[in-house]
Amino acid sequence: MSVEIKVGMADLNVCVSPDRITTLGLGSCVGIALRDPVTKIGGLAHIMLPDSTTIRNNSNIPKFADTGIEELVKQVTRKGANRSRLVAKIAGGAQMFGFNSNSEMVRVGERNVQATKKKLAELRIPILAEDTGKNFGRTVIFYPETGDFVIRAVGKQEYKI
Amino acid sequence: MGEISLDEMSNEYFDVLRELGNIGAGNATTALAQMMQCKVDMAVPKVQLLEFKELGEAMVGEETVMAGIYLGIEGDIKGSIMFLLEKAAAKHLVGKLMGMESEGDEFTDMEFSALKEVGNIITGSYLNSLSSITNLAIYPSVPDLTVDMAGAILSVPAIEFAALGDRMLMIQTQFFDEMVLDGYFILIPDLDSYGRMLAALGINI
Repeated sequence: MSVEIKVGMADLNVCVSPDRITTLGLGSCVGIALRDPVTKIGGLAHIMLPDSTTIRNNSNIPKFADTGIEELVKQVTRKGANRSRLVAKIAGGAQMFGFNSNSEMVRVGERNVQATKKKLAELRIPILAEDTGKNFGRTVIFYPETGDFVIRAVGKQEYKI
Repeated sequence: MGEISLDEMSNEYFDVLRELGNIGAGNATTALAQMMQCKVDMAVPKVQLLEFKELGEAMVGEETVMAGIYLGIEGDIKGSIMFLLEKAAAKHLVGKLMGMESEGDEFTDMEFSALKEVGNIITGSYLNSLSSITNLAIYPSVPDLTVDMAGAILSVPAIEFAALGDRMLMIQTQFFDEMVLDGYFILIPDLDSYGRMLAALGINI
């Protein structure tokens, strides 16, 4: 029997085939799925902010792209994934509201995606597919067995990347 | 002026914020009743300080489709405010306001702008009461409306809170007319504004 593991906001977890791992309603946050295609061990992080170093209160590791991705790599390798075989798929980082605000928070989705890509490049983890930006929320389900990243959005057919 | 952390907030501050929320939601209910020209009752608002992980479960579930109205605030209090309403409740409200039952699953352009106006009035009256209690100037921006999954809409205020700490303050208000309308207010003042709000109420920080 396969189990569905749920990841909340500012949260991460590992997942081994045949189980699947999901996070519901990604908005401006980014979901990062990692996978070792040989051992079929994977994991999913749901990050909220791009950079832990610009924020004083930064002890919540899964909240930030930089520390969250590092921690996810650590946890999947501890579970038995091979560090050098890891590949990634990413989704989210939408801009849910369009109004012009002085707050740079409005563009946080875009900055989350940029920070995610930067961190993955730094760790030399290739991004196989992405579904990011735009203006709608996404639920994602990741299957470490196949590497499929299934995306569900309001008013759209379910699709996979 | 000292800085306030939501993670280390004392009961006293929390009670004050809760009371501000109660009064704000009460005023918003009155405004709603005037707009709809009928009696609208309100249950005592539930004020919660939630961890991000618990957010979805505290509401109706991350994938429930909701209408979210979001606007920035400037002045003595800076930050933003959001009002969320389940899609069915939003359709009911707009239908009543426009004097006809709303058809279909999607909002028409007309309904969408009516809903934006509803949100504008509700958040406006909420902010007005906040402004008159604290005697602080609050200038709301033009609101924006989106209809999407609750989790995705909530990510926007949650991210603003995330820059300050690890919890988010949410005020849940239940309105009743012929049906129960579950509404959620989320006020996100920046850290300095918390201090100003509390100081304006004579609370030493």
